[in-house]
Amino acid sequence: MNHPAVWFLMRGSGIVTLLLFTAVVLLGIATSMRWRAGRLPRFVTQGLHRNVSMLAVVFLVVHVATALADSYAGVRLSHVFVPLPAHRYGPFLGLGALSLDLLLAVLVTSLVRHRLTQRVWKGIHWLAYASWPVAFVHAVGMGTDRHLGWFQVTALACLGSIAAATGWRFAAALRKPYPKYLEART
Amino acid sequence: MSAVAAAVRAPVRARLLEPEHGPLPLFLNDRERGALLREIEASGLRGRGGAGFPTAVKLAAVAKVGKAVVVANGTEGEPASWKDKVLLASNPSLVIDGALVAAELVRAREVIFTVGRAHGEVRRRLERALGEHEGDVEVYLESVPDRFVAGQDTALVSWLDGNEAKPTIRRPHERGLLVQNVETLANLGLIARYGARWFREAGTEDEPGTVLVTVHGAVRQPGVVEVELGTPIRDVLHRFGGLTALPQALLVGGYFGTWVRAHDALDLPLSNAALAPLGASLGARTIVVLPQDACGLAESVRVARYLAHESAGQCGPCVFGLPAVADALERLDVDRVRRLVPQVSGRGACAHPTGAARFVASAVEVFSDEIERHRSGRCCGRTHLPVLPVGAATEWR
Amino acid sequence: MTVQLKLDPILCDGYGQCAELLPELVELDEWGYPMLPREPVSRRHETDARRAVKMCPRLALSLEHVR
Repeated sequence: MNHPAVWFLMRGSGIVTLLLFTAVVLLGIATSMRWRAGRLPRFVTQGLHRNVSMLAVVFLVVHVATALADSYAGVRLSHVFVPLPAHRYGPFLGLGALSLDLLLAVLVTSLVRHRLTQRVWKGIHWLAYASWPVAFVHAVGMGTDRHLGWFQVTALACLGSIAAATGWRFAAALRKPYPKYLEART
Repeated sequence: MSAVAAAVRAPVRARLLEPEHGPLPLFLNDRERGALLREIEASGLRGRGGAGFPTAVKLAAVAKVGKAVVVANGTEGEPASWKDKVLLASNPSLVIDGALVAAELVRAREVIFTVGRAHGEVRRRLERALGEHEGDVEVYLESVPDRFVAGQDTALVSWLDGNEAKPTIRRPHERGLLVQNVETLANLGLIARYGARWFREAGTEDEPGTVLVTVHGAVRQPGVVEVELGTPIRDVLHRFGGLTALPQALLVGGYFGTWVRAHDALDLPLSNAALAPLGASLGARTIVVLPQDACGLAESVRVARYLAHESAGQCGPCVFGLPAVADALERLDVDRVRRLVPQVSGRGACAHPTGAARFVASAVEVFSDEIERHRSGRCCGRTHLPVLPVGAATEWR
Repeated sequence: MTVQLKLDPILCDGYGQCAELLPELVELDEWGYPMLPREPVSRRHETDARRAVKMCPRLALSLEHVR
């Protein structure tokens, strides 16, 4: 397909996917840190984490589907799942595939979580901390809008919030596990 | 029972600590296995490790699973209890016999013996006795960390699995693991030879047999002695050379047990039935006699802190509750102790928080006068040497 | 066939979301850990109980069938 709408949909859905997964990671960190959004119960934070992740996957599917459909983009099915450098895009397309693979592991294990031990599920879930930065580099590296002001602001906002939240999370993990949760309880 | 067994003169008084018991029936067929299992059921033997679970029921449950392994639990993580170590050091071959009988009953081909790491002499003697064992059952000897909960059956199995000696949810018998206290196994070795009727000649109708009792504190000869269940406690203490001082209270059942006032308990028989009205039970039959001039409160605070330190750290109510209980006891905040006990009891994966809470609750009841004295700034026994021992190990693996 | 709430105290890490979803049945102790009711869950609360089981971040909560 060579319609410009497909091209715009691919780029737009890509940006929305990045925004949504940024929210998912922030909500996930908020859940594990027992953070309370004002008087909202904590199950709302966790519920949002789960639901927004499903929404983000929908946009990711649109992003991948339109990339495959667009004949100008030259993306084949193998590029979607196999992280290899591509002639046109350097390493950046492959990074998208890598991020998607990591995300798939997180997604599948969360769907069959009741069959797994806590340790296995958690270990794989932490791959999300790898998936997001890889997706971010893919977005910045691939994005033909990367020189545009609004894109840069958005990207920096995402990066800044993730860096801050991740720093907060890891600092808590380095302290002794039990007292950490005493602080987080209101 | 077989003609051979009937011909052997069965001992009555000292059984568990006396070696040389004669031939042991092994290599049973299915019918003989069933008959022996029924004999054990008829004997009324209950676990001697503290929980008192009917042994025949446990054996039957594990036998059903198929591929079984016997774990002869001599870990005895409680610092105040010495009976398993004494049994293993003085009569290891009887324990081995019992373990082999158990292996026969559950069709296990492996027996693992466990002892606490710090007790080298016990290990050496057991090792020597195991060296003399022949037969096609594989025997192993493991030295486990000296933590309070390391002897708990699921914690022990967790350690044997290669993890830390911390309790788990999964029951060992579901996996075909028969975890049995070494004193229980020693009794198995005797019942297999002499039968249920002989076993029931000692003890009471409801609590038959003899037991090993650890006694220390204000007695002349602290140690381990074998007594019949139902013996008056005063007579039991005589076996330890009698009292060295006027007793104030007895700690019955070790650190998961309860304090009882000496004058309430001394004339009672050594049985769970007799102790139940005092809110006490025998547990693993550790009795510590607290003399008048010692401070029951200081002793209890020290043990409460030890028990808090020995939490495996897996369950919130235990990790947070036990230090809170120890704090409350030290601050003489009786109301807080009473409020905390139901919040802590029964809310862990194992009996640790429940037992610790019960211990502290009994201290608050029995030492109520002492608490009053402390509140008005007087304590009579703080300079007394510590009576209750605590451990200092830090490793879980 | 009635159901009963069961807790794995080792998995439980005191998130307390079960208490938020089942305030009439689950109380939190002073350290944030849930105290479950001894009685089976009434039909009225069963949907919320199932939601609480699904939402537990550690999968520490479960519903067991009791006679």
